[in-house]
Amino acid sequence: MTAVAAQPARSHGRHRRMFLGLLAWLAGIVFFLPVAWMILTALHSETDAAANPPAVTAPLGLDGYRSFFGAGGGPSPWPSLINSTTVAVTSTALVLLLALPAAYALSVRPVRGWRDALFFFLSTKMMPVVAGLLPVYVFAGKTGLLDNVWLLVVLHTSMNLPVAVWMTQSFLADVPASIVEAARVDGARLPTVLARVLAPVIAPGLAATALICCILSWNELLFARVLTSVTAQTAPVFLTGFVTGEGLFLAQLCAASVVISLPVLAAGLAAQDKLVQGLSLGAVK
Amino acid sequence: MTAPSTVNAAARAGDGPRRTARRPRTRTRARRASTWAVRAPLLPALVFVIAVTQLPFLATLVLSLFDWNSFHPGSRRFTGLANYATVLGDSTVREAVVTTTLLTASVVAAALVLGLALALLLDRRFPGRALVRTMLITPFLLVPVAAALLWKHLLLNPEYGLLNGVLAWASRLFGDGGAPQPDWVSAAPLIAVGAALVWQWTPFMMLIVLAGLRSRPYEATEAARLDGASEAQIFRYLTLPHLRRYLELGALLGSIHIVQNFDAVFTITSGSLGTANLPYTIYQIFYQAHEYGQASAAGVLAVLGSLVIASVALRVVSSLLRGEASRG
Repeated sequence: MTAVAAQPARSHGRHRRMFLGLLAWLAGIVFFLPVAWMILTALHSETDAAANPPAVTAPLGLDGYRSFFGAGGGPSPWPSLINSTTVAVTSTALVLLLALPAAYALSVRPVRGWRDALFFFLSTKMMPVVAGLLPVYVFAGKTGLLDNVWLLVVLHTSMNLPVAVWMTQSFLADVPASIVEAARVDGARLPTVLARVLAPVIAPGLAATALICCILSWNELLFARVLTSVTAQTAPVFLTGFVTGEGLFLAQLCAASVVISLPVLAAGLAAQDKLVQGLSLGAVK
Repeated sequence: MTAPSTVNAAARAGDGPRRTARRPRTRTRARRASTWAVRAPLLPALVFVIAVTQLPFLATLVLSLFDWNSFHPGSRRFTGLANYATVLGDSTVREAVVTTTLLTASVVAAALVLGLALALLLDRRFPGRALVRTMLITPFLLVPVAAALLWKHLLLNPEYGLLNGVLAWASRLFGDGGAPQPDWVSAAPLIAVGAALVWQWTPFMMLIVLAGLRSRPYEATEAARLDGASEAQIFRYLTLPHLRRYLELGALLGSIHIVQNFDAVFTITSGSLGTANLPYTIYQIFYQAHEYGQASAAGVLAVLGSLVIASVALRVVSSLLRGEASRG
């Protein structure tokens, strides 16, 4: 009796589950479609890329990528890609160097008022960036630091330091106290404790922090746009200046977007699990 | 039994004056040294952040009191609060405030609702879940400028955009081929900017809500289910209250970023057609009009405005932290 009654309910549940699974797939496809279209268009010729109705089945080739890398006589993207890499890597290294000891003083052996210090770091992320940009611009103009990658390194370091302090602090707070105690009994000095004991323990967390700081630096446009022009131009600035040329540029633009987004995609998918934790400054685990 | 302890007490009392005379100084000195030893690791980061983020802001505050256009460097002079009067009386700035509020509120709300729905869909097991999750996260992992360019040129362009392309293709397939081919960005500029932002930020909201769903107490849901509660009831009375703090956090983090958005406005409309938000307007006042004093005054006002959001945000984050601590 009960078995017979349960049968329709179970099949009803199975249909519901299948429907919801299909809905999830549909949502995924809708969200991914623009990206897929971008990847496909990058492989089309410029004429096919601008066809209306869209030429979905047009032949594929690498001309878009070739002209992005300067085959058609356009400006080479390499200097801007190298600048972006320099800024992202250097600023992230600086961020970690400053954040790890700071996080130690905010969790493992906390200073008095550590909570206030932590929230001070967070509050700087909530100030509109544009409000402090003008004095930096004037200062850079006076000291000849305009269009200099090292100025961007300093600014990106300060932009990402709060994120890194919060993340690292939340990782260190999870390290068992016995590990730190054992190191201290050995009489090791702080730099040694940090580098030899704590950093290895929270290595996965530090890696995620580094990846997220690299992404945020790589993506940054406002500072880079205002403070650089030719020599220190970063990849996003290069991308914004890309469309001004006349004629067909769609395939080339898509190739450019794919190439410039690729490092972020790789880093983001690698840090997927820690992505939320990083962007919520460690508030969500 | 009592004698030795009295003797001890006497001995201690006798020792007393000399010790109290010497100990406090050494003790405070030692304590001060150890306090600084504890503080030292924090200082480099603290000093760096103050120097790079707080000092420029102080300079902005000072600059906002001067009449200074860099095209006329000789005419720089102190004007008190005149810049604030100019900025507050400027209709572009007031419109920018309205645009910023409208854009932020609608993008955050839409992304949050969509993110919640997607998170609930992803929370159950189905074939290919990991792949769907990756597909959904991808828009968030495009460089923001690239995402904005993609929307402007690849999707919404009136001649070769995908949206009009699909319209034309569908009308050729089913009708007379005379599909409307609207210029989306000029017809609905703020919606175009908003759509691109919602597309990028929905995955972020989804990830936050998913983290909230993962931390949901399993026993309570199971008990309710055994007591005969329906899925809708469980969602309304158990899941949603649990998610509240995560939704708040998502809304606030989203607001902090979208209030400051520059990339999408700059790329899709260049601030034209009523889409100039506050960051873009301030950028324009100083980068194009070179009115340094006025740009600074607008910057100071923007900071005052964001202090309101920030104080709420800090409270939410701190309540979330306490919640984590009490649970752990």
